[in-house]
Amino acid sequence: MLNVHIRKSLFHFELDVEFVVRNEIVVLFGASGSGKTTILNCIAGLSKANEGLISLNDKIFFKGKKSHVPMQQRKIGYLFQDYALFPHMTVWKNISYGMKSEKLAKDLMEELNIGHLIQQYPHEISGGEKQRVAIARALATEPQLLLLDEPFSALDDETRAKGHHELIRLQKLWGIPVIMVTHSHEEAKKLGDRIIYIKRGKFQSTNETQQSKV
Amino acid sequence: MDTVNLSPLWLSFKTAAIATVIVFITGVILARIIARNSFPGKGILEAIIMLPLVLPPTVVGFGLLWLFGKNSFLGRLLMDWFDFQVVFTWYAVIIAAVVVSFPLMYQSAAAAFKQYDKNVENAAYTMGASKWRVFWTISFPLAWPGLLAGLVLAFARALGEFGATLMLAGYIPNVTDTIPLAIYFEVESGNMEMATFWVILIIALGFSAILWLNWWSKRNMMRYSRQRNNE
Repeated sequence: MLNVHIRKSLFHFELDVEFVVRNEIVVLFGASGSGKTTILNCIAGLSKANEGLISLNDKIFFKGKKSHVPMQQRKIGYLFQDYALFPHMTVWKNISYGMKSEKLAKDLMEELNIGHLIQQYPHEISGGEKQRVAIARALATEPQLLLLDEPFSALDDETRAKGHHELIRLQKLWGIPVIMVTHSHEEAKKLGDRIIYIKRGKFQSTNETQQSKV
Repeated sequence: MDTVNLSPLWLSFKTAAIATVIVFITGVILARIIARNSFPGKGILEAIIMLPLVLPPTVVGFGLLWLFGKNSFLGRLLMDWFDFQVVFTWYAVIIAAVVVSFPLMYQSAAAAFKQYDKNVENAAYTMGASKWRVFWTISFPLAWPGLLAGLVLAFARALGEFGATLMLAGYIPNVTDTIPLAIYFEVESGNMEMATFWVILIIALGFSAILWLNWWSKRNMMRYSRQRNNE
């Protein structure tokens, strides 16, 4: 379980959020510049909150004004908006960069149907394939939490729909908390067990989605 | 032009090579620290680093003479403690070359470290990689085309340095006579044939360096930007 309480001064407003994520998909929904990515960055340790508390499964990452666990040791899989694949490395080098076991990395590649791309470079594969490589790379580190920053925004409708199915399947399979940032209300309703609406750094409301997913 | 004294060629290469190594290491480290961080006084620090690029070389030479001269604090300190004098030695040639070529290396390295997506480094960090590993496996290879461009430009600049070298190192045959100095003093003594020889040699070296750099950069840029053929 992830506990988050972040207070951070941003350029135009004060970010102040508090929430809990269990083994579910929580969607952070809001307009551009409302502080969604900053929340992910604070949880991952890429950005520092002014004060607050961030803990995962009773391990305290950040408390008060001090970081207790460096970003390298937080065991968080982070899928960036543009995937941030290493452009000078092959797909296999990307996935094996932080892998815990070679077997898991190979299983993930089979699972995500990217086994045939092993020797390809990121510029040689499609957007949907890049996304699956990025998911495999994040999961190969055996993370205890998955952060997704608009992972489907660059994909066409068909690939996006496949990606949605994939995410729900993987979350059930891995049973870890997932936080996803999106602009799309339709996507939020489709994927989120809960949707948290954010405006200018503050929570507007939280919705439990009742409908069955996808 | 019966016998050609090639001392200026070897001296130029030796001093430019040593200066380039120094400039490359310090330039990369400094650019890596400064380029992607914001801190008070960054603009002033970068302006100081870039200053030798816009100042007349004689002003740089004057500054170095003031810093390392016999009567300067540093000059006296080096003499008293190590019995070592900078002025009128080949060390002075290296120092002058380092100072004038450093801005070119810094500028290229800073641009190289800024040009790729910072999230690729962040992704590596979240996968558990140390700062050292991220630098050698991500930052350095991705910045390499820009770093190499800086290295070649710095080497070419070091090879062609004249004004600051003349002021700090003087013209001592077989000790501080680099090619640019040799050209000047050959012309001064009316030996146009020898001066022409050195001029052609240095143009050929500079031209080859830039030609190779352009070819290499184009090849490397294509490598990362090529799109999927069947898309």
